[in-house]
Amino acid sequence: MSTLSERILGAASGEYVDRKVDRAYAHDGTGVLALEAWKAMGGDRLGKDSDYSIHFDHIAPANNSTTATLQHELRDFAKKSFMHFSDIGCGICHQLMSEGVVLPGEIVVGADSHSVTPGAFGAFATGMGATDMAAIWLTGETWFRVPESTGVHLIGRFTGAAEAKDLALTYVGKLGMDGATYQALEFVGEGAHNLSIDERLVLSNLSVEAGAKAGLFYADDVTVHYLKERGHDVAPQVPESCTYRQELDFDLADIVPLVAVPHRVDTVKPVEALAGLPLDQVFVGTCTNGRYSDLARFARLVKGKKTAVRTIVIPASAAVLKKAIRTGVLADIVEAGCTIGTPGCGPCLGYHMGVLGEGEVCLSTANRNFKNRMGVGGEIYLGSVATAAASALTGEITSPEAA
Amino acid sequence: MQGKGTAVCLPADIDTDMVIAGRYLRTKDRSIWATHVFEDLDPTLAARLKGSVIVAGKNFGCGSSREQAAIAVKEAGVVAVIAPSFARIFFRNAINIGLPLIESDLTCEEGSPILFDISEGWVETGGKRHTIRPLSPRMQEILMAGGLVEYWRAHR
Repeated sequence: MSTLSERILGAASGEYVDRKVDRAYAHDGTGVLALEAWKAMGGDRLGKDSDYSIHFDHIAPANNSTTATLQHELRDFAKKSFMHFSDIGCGICHQLMSEGVVLPGEIVVGADSHSVTPGAFGAFATGMGATDMAAIWLTGETWFRVPESTGVHLIGRFTGAAEAKDLALTYVGKLGMDGATYQALEFVGEGAHNLSIDERLVLSNLSVEAGAKAGLFYADDVTVHYLKERGHDVAPQVPESCTYRQELDFDLADIVPLVAVPHRVDTVKPVEALAGLPLDQVFVGTCTNGRYSDLARFARLVKGKKTAVRTIVIPASAAVLKKAIRTGVLADIVEAGCTIGTPGCGPCLGYHMGVLGEGEVCLSTANRNFKNRMGVGGEIYLGSVATAAASALTGEITSPEAA
Repeated sequence: MQGKGTAVCLPADIDTDMVIAGRYLRTKDRSIWATHVFEDLDPTLAARLKGSVIVAGKNFGCGSSREQAAIAVKEAGVVAVIAPSFARIFFRNAINIGLPLIESDLTCEEGSPILFDISEGWVETGGKRHTIRPLSPRMQEILMAGGLVEYWRAHR
């Protein structure tokens, strides 16, 4: 009787195993150091038949000539080594992996902490650093300690203005920033099946903010349908009874809109408690909340109105952007006074395109509010798309329930 | 693997943005990371790290996977980092670049000398010896090799 993590890694929790990596991806940030390490290891061609890829999303397009030169070298390597390569504007690596690429049961490693995101498909997806990625490029394999799992039991459905982001902030608040360190989170129960793939991706994405190594959902009919639409026939994964290290229970109907206040993701408060706090910027996007369903929800709430504060909306991928153009969602967002950025990570990590000034306050749909992350002296409040929309219209933190 | 240094105390939950800010990442010049390490926590800290052993609170190195965080700490002259727990990506990154990490609940006294032996599994300070949580055999091998680059150079 195994957890999903144990089943995919093929060993009991606590064991150390070497495993072939089905997919290994890096981005313009981590790829540069990975390439340096790979060369130093004596790398000349790619290892076993893993699916290797590099995605330019962190500083896309390049913000200055130093970055452009580093990207030039990495782009050249990706093309010459016949890796899958997605250039600036294609979108965030985790999103691209989630548009019909990662499949249930796969072992996926990304050189980025939010590589936990595609765990939503029933894959064991985890983040590593640049040198680990270099070794995977070299050998096609890496070592894992099979994690114990925390069972996150979900029942019911969201009510009111609450959404997956609010549940994610709820569980991070409950576990704390290291409540799941060295462990996997496994989202189970009838409530998990009620969630769309986009909602599952949000919950998997935030798992690393509780220290988790992975955040998994069992593939079910929703997964099968989503992947079928994208050209893959997969079977659902049937849970078996198993032992969890710890267990959490959430009724989705009890979830209320929350914000994580500076500078910790686990310090969460009801939006109501912060209502009226003046904002300098609202940011909607990232690997957490930059999907089409997020943009569509945001557009519904701001359509025909005007934002009261500078608002940046960045689609997570080109596919998201194109769909938003086709359906008119993008027009509604632009008409409301928002600025649209190139698909990618945007200002989330504080490199470019929308960073904060000293003393500025931002309500962001991203996943980290660490001190100075989005700019020295800036303060980041993390919230849902609905909270971002309500707040963009008033220029202050506003509950979507009040809007 | 033995080592010694002078204790520098840091709080819990130090994230990798705090170790090395995003604004310094776009370079391959390691001296830049060493110069700006922990800048947003305490701008005077970088200059005091040579020959030190950082003794931090739990969950050291949480957040981003940026390996520059581990490199910055090592390049600044830190001999080892001791904490009750580490964020797992930072844990792998540090060992992969040859920076010893020691899991122990040691109480930190700023400036006190610290001795450790990772192979034997102990850390000593204030005349007291504490056992440490051992590294996995693979991590020990990688660390003893000097890092994952050296490990693979030797194992191919």
